[in-house]
Formats: sequence, structure tokens, C-alpha cells
Amino acid sequence: MSTAVGTQPDDGTPPALELRGVTVRFGNVPALSRVSVRLRAGEVTCVLGENGSGKSTLVAVLSGVLRPAEGEVLVDGQPVRFRSPQQARARGVATVWQDLAIAPLMSVWRNFFLGAEPTRGAWPFRRLDVGRAEEVTARAMARVGVPGLDPTQPASALRAGERQSLAIARALHFGARVLVIDEPTAPMTVAQRALVLQSVVAARDSGLAVLFVTHSPQYAHLVGDRFLLLGGGRVAGDLTRADVDVEDLTRLVAGSDELTLLARSLRSD
Amino acid sequence: MRDLPSRPARSWTLEGAARPQEVSLSSSRRPSALSGVLPATTDRLPASGPATPPVPRSTGRRLLDRLLARPSVGALVGLVAVGLFFAPQAPGLLSSGGLATVFDVAAPLGIGGVAIALLMVAGQFDLSIGVVAVTTSLVTALLVSQLGLGIWPALLVSLAVALLIGAVNGLLVVTTGLPSFLVTLATFLVLQGGSLAVATAVAGSSRITGLSGAAGWESALAVFGATTQLGDGRFRISLVWWLLATALTSWLLWRTRFGNAVFASGGARRAARELGVPVARTTVLLFLGTAAAGWLIGTLGLVRLGGVQVDPALGAEVEFIVVAVIGGCLLTGGYGSTVGAALGALLYAVGREGIVLAGWDPRWFQVFLGLLLLVALLANGVVRRRLRAVPRW
Repeated sequence: MSTAVGTQPDDGTPPALELRGVTVRFGNVPALSRVSVRLRAGEVTCVLGENGSGKSTLVAVLSGVLRPAEGEVLVDGQPVRFRSPQQARARGVATVWQDLAIAPLMSVWRNFFLGAEPTRGAWPFRRLDVGRAEEVTARAMARVGVPGLDPTQPASALRAGERQSLAIARALHFGARVLVIDEPTAPMTVAQRALVLQSVVAARDSGLAVLFVTHSPQYAHLVGDRFLLLGGGRVAGDLTRADVDVEDLTRLVAGSDELTLLARSLRSD
Repeated sequence: MRDLPSRPARSWTLEGAARPQEVSLSSSRRPSALSGVLPATTDRLPASGPATPPVPRSTGRRLLDRLLARPSVGALVGLVAVGLFFAPQAPGLLSSGGLATVFDVAAPLGIGGVAIALLMVAGQFDLSIGVVAVTTSLVTALLVSQLGLGIWPALLVSLAVALLIGAVNGLLVVTTGLPSFLVTLATFLVLQGGSLAVATAVAGSSRITGLSGAAGWESALAVFGATTQLGDGRFRISLVWWLLATALTSWLLWRTRFGNAVFASGGARRAARELGVPVARTTVLLFLGTAAAGWLIGTLGLVRLGGVQVDPALGAEVEFIVVAVIGGCLLTGGYGSTVGAALGALLYAVGREGIVLAGWDPRWFQVFLGLLLLVALLANGVVRRRLRAVPRW
């Protein structure tokens, strides 16, 4: 996967997914105000912001759960209107929700192929091709950085990061072109987060456009090509990797944070 | 932090030796960024970090988990325990005659139980299966006795009636989103009252007999009422139907796309919908299945008695659910097995016959059943907590 990727400027091809001036209102309160973002193939865009800054609303618009009051959603430069998550999926936009789309009591391979199971034999003896499904699942999981997984264990036995990897592996396998990842708010260990980052990188290297919603500027800077900072439903900053280093990014994200105030007040003592 | 190019040797790349796909990360275009943050943290990575295979548990614990992952294990253990309990007190239980009686009790219960089990895995209930059995056999009997139809055409019509009832149940549940427990309770009441009233109005009593003269009775008897004498036990063909139903539903559940849809419908309905699993269609098909099972139970009884006695009671409805729960089905759906439900039916029959043969007051059976249900519910709760529990590591 040595596709020309990264932060180079427009090469003429339209972005895989683009939002132009998108506004979403809940009642009279705008949850998003004129937000524009471009997701390009082979590029990771990290969305950073505090709780309530509009991150989840942005994910909901991209995945077809919410329809914007104003503005456009474009796939490959063509304006589209997603009426449902299924329509978004059909256009190649896969969303990895915080805890969704995993049935905890079903085995890993059953989860992986849910809704698109491989079969063999002719009706009425058409049956699941269990061997192949297990093999493909194990391979797809290894591809996103979870090798040696027993695909027959229940999905509930997976750790938080591995579940995320399972959902990402599924999106990769079934030909998604845009991957929207809403990182769980539940605390994850360093190793678990590393697993998610690995899946993100695997997706990027497969040529997907990735939108990664995260709380941690440190982790965002590890994988991000662009950083979209949200604050109060507005774009507070649209930066590239060339613009910022980790320290800058951390400072920007925490800029309005109470931590800064606290630090200032402590220093003034 | 950034000027530490030597440190990645201690970080992921070291572990990456066993994990080829990690090369994609470490050899990507920004090693400096990777070494910027991770080395400081990877120092504290425990040994069971991403490089080790997941679920680093002891083999004993893993075996236990594997066993618990088989929902029918509980019913099997219960069956063995109850069998051992009654064997000394009722030795006749294990004779050919005793077994024939046990199977005779278990078969109709098992046929309904496996259908209910499938439905419960999909997260739904059906209280109307027993009354469907009575209603459809009443339809068959009325068609034969009042209209002079042959037994086969009458059976086909009553099967159509059963499927209609199932379709109404299923569509009501799917379109209204009401709990299926209540929807099918309504169906139960309507059919119970309706069949009693119709039977009395048309035939003059709630009992219709003398069907054995109908056209095609011999062949119907061969399919639904045949018996085999083995030793001093008379084994009925309902046993074969029961085994067939168990095998078919088990195959459907574990080895077909439909089965995967059943699991997902009960285990993660929202996720299933989002992934394009036909949840509504699956649910309606399952209600058709339980209705057809009800028809089969009714037909087996009808052919055996050569008539029908309209006497539905809610107790019988609950028994199917009890059998499915004993078989390991969770009330919340998403988990269960039809083999387990079949074993549950067998357990039920062994308990009932054991109490009779041991010479106890048969009323103790209800106590036995209640205790059994309680134990099964508690055991299933443990299993669910165990399976749902997310390991910290």
C-alpha cells in the first residue's frame, strides 16, 4: 500500500468525503455552525475538542444519523443526502461507534461477518462457511494489529481496544472508503489505545480516508495528518501536521481548559 | 522527547519482531513522531501487552469458559443429576416402558420447546403456542366432522390457519414494537375463548371424536401416530418428530445465515439493523415457526386420540418457556440452544415420570419444576454475567 498519501496539497481529485458549511441545530441551539472538513484517501483527520464541542454531532452527520439544517455533504465531489446509516454505508462510509455494532454474546467471527456471512452449498442446504469465516476473521484481525486471536471466542472476551479493532477490521474488509471512528470515552490502557491507533494506521495504509475523534492530543498527533479543533460547535482550528508539534497541539486543545486557569492561578501564588 | 531515535528499539519495534504487521506502523513515514510519545509509555507496558495473544488465562479457566459458552451444558448436567436422583427410587424409569413414557411426555414439549428456544434467542416470547395446538386441531376436526373433508386437506388448512396466527403475532410485534409477551398473551386469550365458543356452537361440545373414518386416515396415522413396540415399551413417532425438530432448529441456529440473524436480533438488535441484518423478517419467520410447531403438537395429539378435546390452559404455555430456560436460553435473548431446550424437555419428563414411579404425590412435580426453573435462571444469570464481563486485561 504505497499510495501517495499524506499532507500534500490538492492534486485535483475531490476528497472522498467533504462537509461544506454544515450547520446542525437542536431546537434553536446550534450544535455545529458552518463546519467544513475534507477527508482525503490515505489521510487521517483527527477531531479534537472538549465534551460538548460538537464532536459527536459531527460524527452523526458524517455517518448519516443526523441531517444538517444547512450546508452540504459531498462524496467524491458529488452532493449526497444520507437518510440513514445504511445509506452512508452503501456509499462506503463506515462508522465505528463507541460501543455499537458488537453483539457481546456472539463469537468474534459471527460478529465480523454479521449481515454478510459467507455460505456454501445450494439452497436448501446452504450453510455458513464456518472454516473460511474463521480464517478470514483471524487474518483481518491480524491486519489491524490483533494477531493470534481465537475467532470462536465470544466478543465479550475482547478488550475495549480489540473490540474497536474488530469494528475497524470489519469496515476494512467490506470495502469502506471512509472510516469514521468515535473513540470510546471509557478509559483505555495505553496498550489498548495503541491497538486502536494501529487499526487507524492499517486503515490509512489501505487508502481509506479516516476521521478519528479522540480526546487525547498526544495520541492524535501520533497518527493525524490534519487536526480539526472544535469549540462550541465551530471550527476553532484546522491544522496540518506541519503546523503543530505535540506540545502545541496539547496546548491548543487544553487552551480554554480549566487546567490552564489552574496552572495560571497556581503560578500567581 | 523527539531526539531519541535510539529508544524505539525498546518500544513497539522490539515486540514487533513477532508481529509482522506492526512494521507498517514503525516503518511508516514518521518514526520521529512515534518515538515522540510512545517510548515514555511503553516502558510501563505490562508483559501482556499487545504482543501477547489475548485472553491470557489459565487453561482450566479457559476450559470452564468454553463449557459455559455451550448453553446446553446446564440442561445436560441437570438431566444427569435428576436421573441419578430418581434412578434408585424409581427403577422402572430406565426400563423400556419407563423410557417410552418419558419420551412420550417429552416429545410434544420438546417440539414446542425448541421452537420457543429459537424465538427466545431472538429476544421474543410466544405464549400462544399451546393454544395454537388446540385451535388448529379443532379446525382440523371441524373440517373433517362437519364438512366431510379428508384428513390431509383438513391438516393443510389448519396449518395455514396456524401460519396465519403466527404471522399476526409476528407482524404485530415487529410493527408495534410491543413486548411479544403481551402481544401473544392477547392472542392466547382470543384463541382460547374463541376456540371453546366455536367448538360448543358448532359441534355442541368442547369434545370432537370419531375422526378415524376420514379419508386418508391410515396414511395420516402412519405419519403422525405410528408406534413401535420395543420390549415392554411402546415408542411413538412423536419422538422422531421431536428429534427432527431439534436437529433442524439446531442446524438453522448454528450453521446458517438465518441463525446468525437470530442471534444478532436478540443480542444486539440495533447493531444488527445497522449492519443490514433483516431483524423484522427473522422475527416474523420465527413466529411462523412456533405456530407451525404448535400445529405439529396439535396434529400429533389429534391423530393419536382420533379426536380433539378443547381444554387449553395457560400452564402449558409457561412450560414451553420453562423448558427453553432450562435449556440455557436467556430471557434477554441473544443466547441459547435448541439442543438445550430438547434436553430441558427430557429433564421435565424424567422429573414428572420419576415422581409418578416413585409413588409420590404428583403435586410435588410443580414444586420440582419451580425449583428447577429457579436453578436454571440463577445459572443462566451467572453465565451471562460471566460472558458479558469485560476482562480488565
